[in-house]
Amino acid sequence: MDLGYWLPLFFAGAMGLALLIYVVLDGYDLGIGMLLPFASDDEKDVMVAAIGPFWDANETWIVLGVGILLIAFPQAHSIVLTSLYLPVTLMLMGLILRGVSFDFRVKAGDKHKAKWNRLFAFGSLVASVCQGWMLGAFVTGLTGDATSTLFAALIAVALPSLYIMLGAAWLLIKTEGELFNKAVRWGRMAVWPMGGFLLLISIATPLVSSAIADKWFTLPNAIGLMPIPITTALAYVALVWIFNSKQILHNGYGWLAFVALMVVSVLASIGLAYSLFPDIVLGQISIWEAASATESLLFTFWGAIIALPMILGYTIFIYRVFRGKATHLSYE
Amino acid sequence: MEFDPFLLARLQFAANISFHILFPTITIGLCWVLFYFRLRYTFSGDKAWEYAYFFWVKIFALSFALGVVSGITMSFQFGTNWPGFMERAGNIAGPLLGYEVLTAFFLEASFLGIMLFGKDRVSNRTHLIATALVAVGTSFSAFWILSLNSWMQTPTGYRIEDGVFFVESWWEVIFNPSFPYRFAHMFTASLLTAAFLIMGISAWRAMRGVDGPATWKVMRTGALMAAVLAPLQVFIGDLHGLNTLEHQPAKIAAMEGIWETEKGAPLTLFGFPDEEEKTTHMAIKVPNLASLILTHEWDGEVLGLNEFEGETPPVAPVFWAFRVMVGIGMLMVLVGWWSAWRLFRNRDESRETQTWLLRALSVMTFSGWIAVLAGWYVTEIGRQPWVVDGLLRTADVVADHSSATVAGTLFGYVLLYLFLLVSYIATLRYMATKPARSLTLTPQQRAMNDAETAEGEA
Repeated sequence: MDLGYWLPLFFAGAMGLALLIYVVLDGYDLGIGMLLPFASDDEKDVMVAAIGPFWDANETWIVLGVGILLIAFPQAHSIVLTSLYLPVTLMLMGLILRGVSFDFRVKAGDKHKAKWNRLFAFGSLVASVCQGWMLGAFVTGLTGDATSTLFAALIAVALPSLYIMLGAAWLLIKTEGELFNKAVRWGRMAVWPMGGFLLLISIATPLVSSAIADKWFTLPNAIGLMPIPITTALAYVALVWIFNSKQILHNGYGWLAFVALMVVSVLASIGLAYSLFPDIVLGQISIWEAASATESLLFTFWGAIIALPMILGYTIFIYRVFRGKATHLSYE
Repeated sequence: MEFDPFLLARLQFAANISFHILFPTITIGLCWVLFYFRLRYTFSGDKAWEYAYFFWVKIFALSFALGVVSGITMSFQFGTNWPGFMERAGNIAGPLLGYEVLTAFFLEASFLGIMLFGKDRVSNRTHLIATALVAVGTSFSAFWILSLNSWMQTPTGYRIEDGVFFVESWWEVIFNPSFPYRFAHMFTASLLTAAFLIMGISAWRAMRGVDGPATWKVMRTGALMAAVLAPLQVFIGDLHGLNTLEHQPAKIAAMEGIWETEKGAPLTLFGFPDEEEKTTHMAIKVPNLASLILTHEWDGEVLGLNEFEGETPPVAPVFWAFRVMVGIGMLMVLVGWWSAWRLFRNRDESRETQTWLLRALSVMTFSGWIAVLAGWYVTEIGRQPWVVDGLLRTADVVADHSSATVAGTLFGYVLLYLFLLVSYIATLRYMATKPARSLTLTPQQRAMNDAETAEGEA
């Protein structure tokens, strides 16, 4: 077996998986952060309690994703992070603000609480917008010209709408009563911009990049790829339906909305991976050109195949321990 | 005015890593202390230990959050500021960082949730194990990152092809010559930082009259740790210094302000190093002592900075930082012994009779931070101009950003960090001075605190 071929492929897959898990998991807690200003003070506490035990680990997935980029593809890591210096820096500041606000808002005393709530929401918004900007710039190959900047701006406003949907769906799982009803209303409102952006991005991506257009619109590939947009559309329709069906929502099936969003995220990631492959920076460098030395990859590979299942295992354990509705004021 | 982008990149990285290290320093040590509290509660059933645990786990969580978010910044800054480092040394640095994420970060971040909120959802044993796992995670994290840092100081187990590092032996890379010393030194430093933090805040509580039995138990725990670990740290530090002398003599020469190689070198206690004139002004020297300490011989030869022309670190910051670190270390030994003697003799728990000790301890609350920062400045500035000692220059790996960009983001970071640091200390103060009862949020903890206060009043 040719390790020099398979190991970069394994790490590209692992990186994609880590970033996908990040988008879904930190997506819901960033989304809840952005929704925070629309809730009453008591509801804010419940919303934070709904993400309290999870957010630390959720954020670790981006460290793993970027970590794999750094470990396995150091050349690409340099290109990506040097080109994205500004959005990365702003995103980090956003993540710092929201991360610490979790703790400060309950510990710094009541008179400061409103300030930390605002910083929490603001940090979540900044981080989400910057992540969209980074994703947009990355998809167009970090060229930095006018079209790709416009495209990056489009994704910068689109990604927060996905996160808000994830946040609203997470609240359907973790809350009840008036806050639950609010989450339903938020979801009903946010689902339309999210759908609009999804459509717009699907149209814009092949227009912006001819390389991506070729991959999707040449026969026979185009036929084989049809399940991806079709299933995405079905999941989206299901999402709209779930948020508007009293029967589903009030019989405890609200979690289906989260599942539908996961399906959309997974398919979007597969689509993105297909668009980029085999390049790690579109049109600049392939995963094999950017890869580390095989012996370095192999050393990390053994660690990864032992540790990753363990991480997934105890992540599931933690989610099981904290299953059910979030209890009032448990975060401190 | 045009700033040198290289200097700005270094300043930015220094600002980030200095801010970051404050919090892992606390959490690495504090988590083992928490585990000890939990263990004491499990075996004795004394509610005070459980109360101590839940008081300190909140401070742990706050510190941990600051460590996590500033750590995420670090993981990106390798790429944004020093892309050349990852391109050249990525084969070595990458896997070490990777193992840190895989074996430590997820473990800490996941089980922290159980430590904080899981008390009523898992058994006492699972809760104890979760605490231990977080402690193990923080220590694993220190293991890997210190291994990488030590490799940058004393590289072994590599080969270089076309300027790129490749691994020859992972064992030699991980357990490179300075690693055992650096790990022991930093781990002890974390425990000492935690010891003075818990003593300082407990002393503050006692002075404000919001203390209970748990407060004094915590203070005694800290005193015992300090009394044992502070002298141990002096010993480990000496070993670490000898190791540095063997592998990085230029750093030692800068630390001691030795300009010319000489036999029977005097120890400079204080003075003002001047790199242009290559002399230390107003130096107070003890004859032959540097040779005695470093070579364990009265007339031993010590290499001076003149041997490393063009490859010397900036002398004054290294020289001064070293004295700050040593000074605080000595103070810690004295205060550690003093507090152990005062606190264990008769178990005196009165703020009237312990006034001076309580004052001293509250002044020393963050002394660990200063010593740790000073120590890291010695070792990191002392490694310059190299990023990988003797092999790769820092100036050769810097990113090509405009100085305006770096200056702007540096300004942003510094403002943000100052704001957070002020908030952190203010919050700790607020938590420390507020009567325990009103801090609690869950009914279980409220009940527990009521019990604790009742015990305190009884």
